[in-house]
Amino acid sequence: MNDTRPAGPPRAGELFLRFTQVGVSGFGGVMPWARRMLVEERRWLSAEEFSEALSLCQLLPGPNIVNMAVCVGTRFRGARGAFAALMGLMCAPFVIVLTLGALFTHYGDLPAIAAAFRGISAAAAGLVVAMGLKMAASPRLRSPMAAFALAAFVGIALVRLPLGVFLLVAAPASVAGAAWRSR
Amino acid sequence: MSGALAQLAVDFSLLSLFAVGGVITVLPEMHRSVVEVHGWMSGAEFAQLFALAQASPGPNILVVSLIGWKVAGLAGAAVATAAVCAPSSILTYAVSQIWQRFRGARWRKTLEDGLVPLTVGLMLAGGYLITLAADHSALAFIVTAATAGVVLTTRIHPLWLLAAGGLLGLTGWV
Repeated sequence: MNDTRPAGPPRAGELFLRFTQVGVSGFGGVMPWARRMLVEERRWLSAEEFSEALSLCQLLPGPNIVNMAVCVGTRFRGARGAFAALMGLMCAPFVIVLTLGALFTHYGDLPAIAAAFRGISAAAAGLVVAMGLKMAASPRLRSPMAAFALAAFVGIALVRLPLGVFLLVAAPASVAGAAWRSR
Repeated sequence: MSGALAQLAVDFSLLSLFAVGGVITVLPEMHRSVVEVHGWMSGAEFAQLFALAQASPGPNILVVSLIGWKVAGLAGAAVATAAVCAPSSILTYAVSQIWQRFRGARWRKTLEDGLVPLTVGLMLAGGYLITLAADHSALAFIVTAATAGVVLTTRIHPLWLLAAGGLLGLTGWV
């Protein structure tokens, strides 16, 4: 693991390679792997920068992880970087999923794979939980603004509101709260 | 065949722009289009493809690659995947550039101060929901909790934890 930030911004080729690694590691949730790569291994983003980028990616339509690749690629290498990161994220998993699809058609239900996958999903869920807890260490949550994090958890996890509806109300409220606090 | 390709391109690029919060939020709409409107496959086949995409590494959105493949072979897979990624990615690219330009701007900081707490709450909610969906036994909950604990307290590479989970699954314990 690196102890310092790399000197220059990553090149398109490196974005492609690192996002390929993220894509093929991401069983049952890719975002924890993206955070690990970006924040902990390569240190291309600080923990707060990652959370900020993810906020933007969640507000925009499309899969969050795909948006994250585009967002990070754009930040470091513009359109070329965005394309490289996106292709890295998608290409290898695309080939793998189609190969699995072909195997599945030929061999039908593979009970061993299903059984192994039950265990993998349980562990993968733990990765998502751990990522959420790491993000909750944000200094932004050591303030009354933490109430909005709690509201999001209750609204989505417990009440099961549709995300779009929730954000339509909560995002303006939370931003207004932040604006009021920064007066 | 080319009719089906065009249909895939149109349907999935529209879904791309409506998928706020990811593929899960448009799954019902995808099901309606693929199973009910076009009759490309049965509901059971759709569910199988979704399970397959979940079992495979990479973004869950790859379920559309499988759907495209089922409908129109490799070309269908490529068209469906490109269609679901392109519109939202172009939008994200454009917004990211504007966002970059205002780095350091006061309004951007205020926006982020407001949005980050929501994002953290959403990620915690995601962890909770995915745990409920994935874990059907007491041991599965223990695996989830142990994995989270190990990731938070050690530097062990998470792939070892997934492998351990897979092994426990294979032996029929989870």
